[in-house]
Amino acid sequence: MKNTQGEVWVFAEQEEGRLSDVPFELLGKARELAGKLGVKVGAVLMGSGVEALAKPLFEAGADVVHLVDDPALKVYRNKAYRHAMVELVNEVNPQIVIFGATHMGRDIAPSVASALRCGLTADCTDLQIGGYEDKKTKETFTNVLHQIRPAFGGNIIATIVNARNWPQMATVREGVMKPLPREEGRTGELVKHSAHLEGLDIPVEVVEIVRRVSSVNLKGSRIIVCGGAGVGSKENFKLLHDLANALGGAVGGSRAAVDLGYCEHERQIGQTGVTVRPALMISCGVSGAVQHLAGMQDSAKIIAINTDKDAPIFKVAHYGIVGDLNVVIPKLIKAIKA
Amino acid sequence: MKESNKGRAGGYNCVVCIKQVPDTKKVTGEAMKADGTINRAALPAIFNPEDRNALEAALSVKERYGGRVTAITMGLPAASAILREALACGADEAVLVTDRKAAGSDTLATSYILSQAVKKFNPDLVFCGRQAIDGDTAQTGPQIGEKLDCAVVTYLEKLDLDGDTAIAVRDIGTGVETCRAQLPALFTVTEKFGELRPFEMRRVMKYKNAEPMVLDCAAIGCEDDRCGFAGSPTSVNKIESVVLAGGEFKEVPATDEGIAGLVAELVKDHTIG
Repeated sequence: MKNTQGEVWVFAEQEEGRLSDVPFELLGKARELAGKLGVKVGAVLMGSGVEALAKPLFEAGADVVHLVDDPALKVYRNKAYRHAMVELVNEVNPQIVIFGATHMGRDIAPSVASALRCGLTADCTDLQIGGYEDKKTKETFTNVLHQIRPAFGGNIIATIVNARNWPQMATVREGVMKPLPREEGRTGELVKHSAHLEGLDIPVEVVEIVRRVSSVNLKGSRIIVCGGAGVGSKENFKLLHDLANALGGAVGGSRAAVDLGYCEHERQIGQTGVTVRPALMISCGVSGAVQHLAGMQDSAKIIAINTDKDAPIFKVAHYGIVGDLNVVIPKLIKAIKA
Repeated sequence: MKESNKGRAGGYNCVVCIKQVPDTKKVTGEAMKADGTINRAALPAIFNPEDRNALEAALSVKERYGGRVTAITMGLPAASAILREALACGADEAVLVTDRKAAGSDTLATSYILSQAVKKFNPDLVFCGRQAIDGDTAQTGPQIGEKLDCAVVTYLEKLDLDGDTAIAVRDIGTGVETCRAQLPALFTVTEKFGELRPFEMRRVMKYKNAEPMVLDCAAIGCEDDRCGFAGSPTSVNKIESVVLAGGEFKEVPATDEGIAGLVAELVKDHTIG
């Protein structure tokens, strides 16, 4: 049932008792949406022994933390989490539920939407509150969630609505929303719920998790040097690392560079990779496919280096250098070290 | 053979869900209509890349443990092209679910129709590509799994079978998880599972004019109000084509002086240094 007074929820993803970045980003957006609707922001916290994580969620913008603490939720498993979430939605009846478009979010969100038979939009890059008119029935709706996402390889931007079968659900890309500044001492209402997992047959047992120790931290880098197909070879990519080292930055790659094997998949920037907004992006031999630009065009300063003066990358650049990166990069390194 | 490679007598009944998609990597100006929508007809139709990995997963199960592989697609009759590809690579049976009632299906309605088709074959293992390149949603796989009420294992990279248990290695973003899933189970497969084996020339000739088994919504027991537009809670409110801002940029000459000037400017405004 449509509950226009329902809360705006954020799924507060945690692993091993640590919240990931994405709930903080989502709480920032949820506050904005809830403010327009005049309702509360709820964070859904699931796990085993995770009550202490409510505090940072309040400080990041949650008015209510819905805690589901159960030994069966210690490690994420689709059926256990899905079941607990479906129970919780049915019990509290939120109007909006937002998940991070992480591996976990993209596992639980569609499962929950399927069980509730409600709509779900994947990988949104923006969410807004607005109206909607059904062109067939001429029915009009107010205060619905506009779920905005790139589609078709990033060539179009679609606004999706789910005007009837609430809750309105969406997953949101990591790194796209901005967290609010932490408000120390801010508190809220902690509501404890039962997961109702007794007697539920959970067909999956997690045997082992090996955490990836990543040396690549694109999201946290102030400066990124990014290479595309124009870099030409894996060997030439070393030049980009040299430049990044000189600047204390990180190295990223376009999808084309990753597909060609010039750099690792975890370095991919763009719609199907990481979204970044560094202080400085130096783009080397990147033509500027729309799907790539979607993941980097909010960088504060963009320098594009490309031999093709008509490359689309120059349309988002602040500084453009038309030239061979094998010549330009050594000059840049020399100037930086001077 | 390794301990984890035991399989079971009679092998496994596998179903793989595949989709024909427009090749979105080839979107050019010509493929965009004046109103900003995509002219799908201007793009080549291809076998969705990660569905090829899903088919490989199913074929590798059949190869290692025995059993059979049924490929199912939902779409227009033209999608039979990818079913013939699947047959040429080793699938035993090909099924086309096609019905006007399915038009306009979002992921919820699509997963409902596909789950109804999958149930008809009573599989031990169901494989889907992680996501299709025309939507990149990664929703249909887990939603089929929810409707089948079976174990759901997403982002599959590696799979062994032991009796009625799957030992699966999956990417969880922050690391790699090994889990044991009771069959029946549904897996969404990523490119890390490995490329689809090449087709067999003998099978290409054998199946080049093969017609798939054709099923409509009624044949798989679908309720009409859960298919197509009627069964799709989401609607598209607006579509905009991406227009690059085309702002002015400052051209820096590729000379020592030009580049030194740029670096000095970035230091001055505290971007670097």
